[in-house]
Amino acid sequence: MSAVLVILLTALILSSVLLVRAYQDSRDDLISNALDLGTVLSQTLRPAMKRDEVWMAYETIMSPLERDAGWQYAVEQGEQPAIPVEGKPEREIYVLDTRSRVYVASRPREYPMLDELARRGAEHAELVRRIEARDDRRPVVFDDVWPGRYVMVVPILAEDSAPLGTLVLSYSSALLVPRFLNALEQVILGTLLVLVILLPLGWYWGKRLTDPLAHLSACMGRVGTEVPSDIQCDLYDGRDEIGQVSYRFRRMLDELREKEELERSMVASERLAAVGRLTAGIAHEINNPLGGMLNAISTYKRHGDERDPVADRTISLLERGLVQIKGTVGALLVEARLESHALTPDDLQDIRTLVQPDIQRKGLRLVWDNAIDAPVALPSSQVRQVLLNLLLNAVQASDEGGEVLCWLRADNRFFHAAISNGGKHISRGRMAHLFEPFATSSGEGHGLGLWVTYQLIQQLDGQIEVTSNESVTIFEVTLPLSEGESS
Amino acid sequence: MKRRNFLGLVFLAPGISGAATARSSVRIGLTPVFLNDQTFLNRWQGYLEERLGRSVEFVQRGNYREITELVLNGRVDFAWLCGYPYVRYREHMDVLTVPIYQGEPLYRSYLIVGADDARTETLEDLEGRLFAFSDPLSNSGWLVPQARLLAAGHDPEGFFARTFFAGAHRNVIEAVAVGLANGGAVDGYVYDALARLHPELTERTRIIWRSETYGFPPVVARNGVDPELRGRFRDALQGMQGSGQGRALLEQFYLDGFGDPDAELYTGIERLMRHVERG
Repeated sequence: MSAVLVILLTALILSSVLLVRAYQDSRDDLISNALDLGTVLSQTLRPAMKRDEVWMAYETIMSPLERDAGWQYAVEQGEQPAIPVEGKPEREIYVLDTRSRVYVASRPREYPMLDELARRGAEHAELVRRIEARDDRRPVVFDDVWPGRYVMVVPILAEDSAPLGTLVLSYSSALLVPRFLNALEQVILGTLLVLVILLPLGWYWGKRLTDPLAHLSACMGRVGTEVPSDIQCDLYDGRDEIGQVSYRFRRMLDELREKEELERSMVASERLAAVGRLTAGIAHEINNPLGGMLNAISTYKRHGDERDPVADRTISLLERGLVQIKGTVGALLVEARLESHALTPDDLQDIRTLVQPDIQRKGLRLVWDNAIDAPVALPSSQVRQVLLNLLLNAVQASDEGGEVLCWLRADNRFFHAAISNGGKHISRGRMAHLFEPFATSSGEGHGLGLWVTYQLIQQLDGQIEVTSNESVTIFEVTLPLSEGESS
Repeated sequence: MKRRNFLGLVFLAPGISGAATARSSVRIGLTPVFLNDQTFLNRWQGYLEERLGRSVEFVQRGNYREITELVLNGRVDFAWLCGYPYVRYREHMDVLTVPIYQGEPLYRSYLIVGADDARTETLEDLEGRLFAFSDPLSNSGWLVPQARLLAAGHDPEGFFARTFFAGAHRNVIEAVAVGLANGGAVDGYVYDALARLHPELTERTRIIWRSETYGFPPVVARNGVDPELRGRFRDALQGMQGSGQGRALLEQFYLDGFGDPDAELYTGIERLMRHVERG
């Protein structure tokens, strides 16, 4: 908007300057044209004055005025002519004889022949006084004799420079009006043209300047009211100041997102840890009497040969229920099995073989990208269970005909695994409770797979991260190798 | 006719000199005694060339004197002159034919003033004022008013404050119309014709006096012109009223035709001339 104002103001100032200039130019032009005309006329008038040819002199001074151009031509062409124009007051030409009497004038009625010009009024008297006072034979312009008139005085000289008379061209400054209007029209047209070109440019430049700022400020306004991870801003990228600010803002957003991510994962970890402690405590409290009850049932079954069949059935029912409880509690209570050999490539190959039936049943494609060809210093059973759980989850989440990718790497310090699938992505709500027991809403499984996986990874001091978007869901596992056992 | 003419030119051409070839066209001097515009002259020239079987060249000059001189020294064969120079130099030329205007070979001189000048009623009212004559060799535009001033007992030299010659009659009318002159003497035939063609010019003037009639400006032949050509040219002019094309041209002149002059036609001008030139 301000750019447009600046352009308009500039155009206005420029136009004004041009107009003033045009006025001066047309004034100079008028005077210079009149002087040129006067010089030519005075030479043309010379023979007429010398031979006292009044009519010739009249025709000569009328020739630049409108009189004959149209009229004579029309007469010659036999057309209806205009009325012969007597000289108009805007442009008067008269010839004075050496005694400052009118010799001939463009308006003969106003200036009859032989009339003494000085007697026609104060301005005329002043003009005659100046003409007679002049010694110079060159043309001269008086613009202060008559208000609103320019008077050009050109002496008419014989070949030997003897004065024959004086040619006076008296032009009204009103003659400037059409010239000025013409200039005005041109200036206005030019200005409009410039504006037509500049305004869209200015608007475009202004927009280029303000749009990123407006966008940036709109984006900044969202900080605090929306969660940082939701703020997706397509910010202007450039090397100028706005680009710098945008860059900083983007960095800030990234940091906010990281912070939010960190907070969320901390909350999740703490919750998971609390849940872990709770379940472990409950599991122990359940396991102790459960062991006693199962022992009692076992003892009962071993002793007493003659048992009541009804009691047997009841005891069996109890035993099955208790075994089921034990299984569930056992699953909740993930205990580190310390006795386990180091992970070998064969273990990894076993996992591939184990998931193969599920892969085939669902018509999926398994991409197995394993770069591990030597034993890794990690307990094999835990790692096997983690990978198996994740792979089976991936298979379960995949749509028919999809693809499951298993990427495995190891270096001196870490074991890396990434399992991805292209199935339905994990919603934000589910993501928050993904690793908690019984969090899965699907009908399959007991909902403890990821909980167990998480517990196992925690016990190995590792990390698990989930990324899920519309196209892919990736579980990334990083496990530090046991010290002193790296191969 | 045309074809014979063409053959004649072809056979003649090798034998004659360049000067003779140039002279083979008929040269006709014209003065502004009538309204002449170039389109009209071109048509008239075409008409005459067809009738004469020769090329025709019109010679126009700024004043009557130059045309008269051309007749006197034989540079033109024919000329349409004012009656005054004819009368003056009648030993060197003779009247070939005279235009018929409104049924007679006669015209008048008019004294005109500006239409806005209501006071001036007679020539005497113009004393001490500005006056425009047409040409010093014009009967109507100079001789008539001069004679009238003399007849009234005035000194023609000092009667007006200022006089000038405007050249053509049309210029006199314009000079009076725009106020360059307070009065003017003009050919009545030209004035009337102009009043029909350009009334916006003549209506800014007013006729205050009409002279008696004088012999209409005649078409003259120089002495010694080829008698056969002379006869053919006279027949061409006098035959105009007999042909459609000729009549159309005459209508543009506002003339009825060309006729034979009677011997006494220019005695009026002769009398004025003697009167004025003696004075």
